[in-house]
Amino acid sequence: MDFKLKIWRQKNRDDRGRFVDYEVKNVSPDASFLEMLDILNVDLVKRGEEPVAFDHDCREGICGSCGLVVNGRSHGPGRGIATCELRMRGFKGGETIVAEPWRAKSFPILKDLIVDRTALDRIIAAGGYISSKTGAVPEANSIQVPKPAAEEAMDAASCIGCGACVAACPNSSAMLFVAAKVSHLALLPQGKVERKERVLKMIEQMDKEGFGNCSNNYACEAECPKKISVTHIARLNREFILAEIS
Amino acid sequence: MNKFTALYRSSVGKKIIMSLSGLFLCTFLVVHVVINLFLFKQDGGETYNRYSEFMSSNPFIRTIEIVLFAGLIAHVISGTLVWLKNRASRPVAYEMYQLKDNTTFTSRTPMLTASASLVGFFLVIHLRTFWVPNRFWETAPQSNYDLVAAAFSDPVYSLFYIVALVFLAFHLRHGFQSGFQTLGLSDKQYKWLIDSVAVIFWLFIPLMFAAMPAYFLWFK
Repeated sequence: MDFKLKIWRQKNRDDRGRFVDYEVKNVSPDASFLEMLDILNVDLVKRGEEPVAFDHDCREGICGSCGLVVNGRSHGPGRGIATCELRMRGFKGGETIVAEPWRAKSFPILKDLIVDRTALDRIIAAGGYISSKTGAVPEANSIQVPKPAAEEAMDAASCIGCGACVAACPNSSAMLFVAAKVSHLALLPQGKVERKERVLKMIEQMDKEGFGNCSNNYACEAECPKKISVTHIARLNREFILAEIS
Repeated sequence: MNKFTALYRSSVGKKIIMSLSGLFLCTFLVVHVVINLFLFKQDGGETYNRYSEFMSSNPFIRTIEIVLFAGLIAHVISGTLVWLKNRASRPVAYEMYQLKDNTTFTSRTPMLTASASLVGFFLVIHLRTFWVPNRFWETAPQSNYDLVAAAFSDPVYSLFYIVALVFLAFHLRHGFQSGFQTLGLSDKQYKWLIDSVAVIFWLFIPLMFAAMPAYFLWFK
């Protein structure tokens, strides 16, 4: 398959950046979007041009490193996938594909399609953890967790921190990301001890980083590669209210 | 910093105030529409006039009226602050942004701001026509029923009301369920209940209100 590409190029943080048109030929329909970019980069290197910089690591949808807005959708068209799981067979041959970085004030662009997502790390550092020493692996039934809570906590814990929720949200809100961690820990006995402090600190850090807030249109849930539900945002709000009034 | 200031400084806090005030304003709509339904009673407006007289003279209602205005102001200020912060959160726009693939049109910012602005404008006109003469004019030139009948005999005025109510419906279509989400009260198991009650607010109440100008314009 052949494609026309419109890719955001930006030398560094201070550069204004612009779109550059490319063509890529003979791409297998089974190639992932990142593999297609690899093919383009091989061509660019052969021509002596600077390859397109993009983040990637595991290439199997579990690490959260990759993340591009492809044709106006975070991680491209499709549900529950990261950019590395986006296959070229979903596009029409000859189609022009637009690839841009996550765009948010809190995610400054470092180079081309790579953004600085350390704002998310700072939110986690503000309270997305438990303070007790975990020690060695404990006996499985020493702390009993009801099955529904365990399931729900596991769903929330599946967040890979890719930032697609921020990228998809018209307000660049990180509420789904924060909600996933708050919800995950609030549901489990180990996390309940610091739940009030945690939610207040994480929300405070989220605001400090310049993220927007929900207008509850739920684009985040639709684009999340792990399909994390906005019901976790409701739980985050609940946790926040309980922490404020008690 | 006291607790309320700390709450209001956070983005979630502003949204909580927005939700509480919004849902409070929704409860007022119920009272308003129920009393206004007496406009349809074929007694020359006698019952309607009696109830509107009660509403404007009862000390309890007058107190609630102040709370209502406070709620409206809190809703507008919080909404505007959240909107401004949200606007600033993405300084460079996407070249291609397919938000419509994942969201309903009433939940997207252009419709939220348009409906909020139009409903706000409508409220100013509405209060000027009905509430100001009723409260502040020493001797009311005519009964409340006659005031309504006169205002709605103007087709432009009546059509403006109907259009504004369509926008109110859009605003509540998103806003009502959104309030529950922000207050942390929505959950998968209650979604059906919130969505069902929401229909009363975003569909039936605006429809009943819209029926009033339509009735005076076309059937009286």
